[in-house]
Amino acid sequence: MSQTQQQVEQLIQSRYKAGFYTDIESETVGAGLNEDVIAMISAKKEEPAWLLEWRLKAFHHWQTMVGPNWAKLKLPAIDFQKIHYYAAPKQENRPKSLDEVDPKLLETFDKLGVPLHERARLAGVAVDAVFDSVSVGTTFQKELKEAGVIFCSFSEAAREHPDLVREHLGSVVPYRDNYFACLNSAVFSDGSFVYVPKDTRCPMELSTYFRINARDTGQFERTLIIAEPGAEVSYLEGCTAPMRDENQLHAAVVELVAQEKSKIKYSTVQNWYPGDENGKGGIYNFVTKRGDCRGDDSRISWTQVETGSAITWKYPSCVLRGDRSAGEFYSVALTHNHQQADTGTKMIHLGKDTTSKVISKGISCGKSQNSYRGLVRMAKRADNARNYTQCDSLLIGKTCGAHTFPYIESANPTAKIEHEATTSKIGDDQLFYCRSRGMDEEEAVALIVDGFCKEVFKELPMEFAVEAKALLEISLEGAVG
Amino acid sequence: MLKINNLHVQVGDKDILKGLNLEVGPGEVHAIMGPNGSGKSTLGYSLAGRDGYEVTDGSVLFDGQNLLELEAEERAAAGLFLAFQYPVEIPGVNNAYFLRAALNAQRKARGEDEVDSIDFLRAVREQLKALQMDDSLLKRAVNEGFSGGEKKRNEMVQMAVLQPKLAILDETDSGLDIDALKLVAEGVNRLRNDERSFVVITHYQRLLEHLVPDQVHVLSNGRIVESGGRELAERLEQEGYGFLSPEEDAA
Repeated sequence: MSQTQQQVEQLIQSRYKAGFYTDIESETVGAGLNEDVIAMISAKKEEPAWLLEWRLKAFHHWQTMVGPNWAKLKLPAIDFQKIHYYAAPKQENRPKSLDEVDPKLLETFDKLGVPLHERARLAGVAVDAVFDSVSVGTTFQKELKEAGVIFCSFSEAAREHPDLVREHLGSVVPYRDNYFACLNSAVFSDGSFVYVPKDTRCPMELSTYFRINARDTGQFERTLIIAEPGAEVSYLEGCTAPMRDENQLHAAVVELVAQEKSKIKYSTVQNWYPGDENGKGGIYNFVTKRGDCRGDDSRISWTQVETGSAITWKYPSCVLRGDRSAGEFYSVALTHNHQQADTGTKMIHLGKDTTSKVISKGISCGKSQNSYRGLVRMAKRADNARNYTQCDSLLIGKTCGAHTFPYIESANPTAKIEHEATTSKIGDDQLFYCRSRGMDEEEAVALIVDGFCKEVFKELPMEFAVEAKALLEISLEGAVG
Repeated sequence: MLKINNLHVQVGDKDILKGLNLEVGPGEVHAIMGPNGSGKSTLGYSLAGRDGYEVTDGSVLFDGQNLLELEAEERAAAGLFLAFQYPVEIPGVNNAYFLRAALNAQRKARGEDEVDSIDFLRAVREQLKALQMDDSLLKRAVNEGFSGGEKKRNEMVQMAVLQPKLAILDETDSGLDIDALKLVAEGVNRLRNDERSFVVITHYQRLLEHLVPDQVHVLSNGRIVESGGRELAERLEQEGYGFLSPEEDAA
């Protein structure tokens, strides 16, 4: 009897755990997008004038653009005038430290497993917590400052380090880049800013947790990471949202600048609300992420575990400009129920002896559609550039789809490009083998999928690898049978 | 321990087992021999609860329980183990992790505590040593890139760690050279006691030289057609299955 109860409890718990809503008084601008709204966002954030100008230029350009339609996604029309572009918890003054932050907000992040207060902080990980359009606070700022590292919210950076922001903003992803990046450039709210000075190894993991809370709002964060020559940094982002029947838009831009001999490792555990089992609700996730290996011998590595969102459209990319620079992309994308994902990477080889490696693992179940889309381009002067791409798809059940769209362009005869792709199903024999050893079906599926993703999980920082694995197990629930 | 009465099993729309009777007492070793296609592997899969092996008639009692009511994983937790003829590869999942997940799943189902990782590793290492397998096996993915012999020995490692009440060995001897065969036989002999029973499905008599069975049965066309002591196995070795009536041999 208690066992049944336990099962029920487990079932309830195991649903989308981050689906709660924080009841907090919020300050929202009216729905709709126009110059006034943009000016208001800029004013709220006390931004310098040049930044507002940049936003408005982006907005004017965006008005001339149309949304992309080339992805393998069924995308309902988005009414951009119905979205609220700014929402923030109400507060008298900007809190000067985490002690002044509304306890309800701290509680929210506690509940999400990202404690911010001193005594419970994750050891060795500095966190910037973003709630709707604003950063709630950033931990370990003092410790990082001692090392010369700047880690703060984007708004704070625009106020405190305007020159650095002005120099690099839009230098990797120009505002004209694409429809959603352009929209983001006009209306972006908070995100994180990281600056690691020359020859400095960032003393701890940096992490941002993005939380959408308010109804009918979009989240448009902007992240900028700059690694000066010889610098090293590892950064991780996580994200969740409440369960709602309406779709919500998330359109982020991430720019990475890697100077000579620097290393940036960027990991994502994306767990936006995926919608319910009938495909109702969920986040539309349209993200532009790009890293510029500007200096020789620089290295950028993207790792992503994508389990959430109703629709995912993102292609974290590397521009391998410096000679001998290296780009990596490790991805696990799991889609279930009615989720759709069109994700992959672009490796643009410009410099000599540049290398890139792409490992993509797509898992589809339910009625979902999961596509890998990847571009490898070897420019004319990219002598001896090399790429290796491995792209594996795993199908669970008979009603889902897996698709692979590799694009290869080579203008240099010395370039070497390898592409391997496999599609497989979880075999009945594998399932029976596990079950005959005592595991139930769900456990068996989780185990097999975990094995399938191993190459990617081992790229994640330890703490997050455990989390990613647990997340995958939850997302797989009900995938079989 | 195991009591099979009039077992009929269908695979697809084909009748494979057609009224099989078998009784195995605690601590006994029974060998099942028979020509290809006689239903030997079907017997193993049916007892282990594989989907697609439909029991259309008959009953199976295992340790006093109605075995046929249980899911495959429940059968495992109840103490039934099948050593596969063709062990399955699971890429990316290391052997130690797999085995521990299996053991803990069984223990959990029985209401026991999860096994301590140090005790677990000690137990596994001991078994690896006995089966002359390298420790590095623990870190390799389940059966991936294993030789045929390694796969079979790995099944024996699993069996030894899971400590079943009844183990069914489905042609564990096939594809093994004589040294590996002896190791496998020793592995089984070490686990023999007054309680634990074995059903050894085999094509050849040679395993039975090292693993002395209490009874030998001949399976043909979905039924046990002959039972006897060890001498029956020797007779089969010399005369083949020819002494069975031709229509039964035809399966």
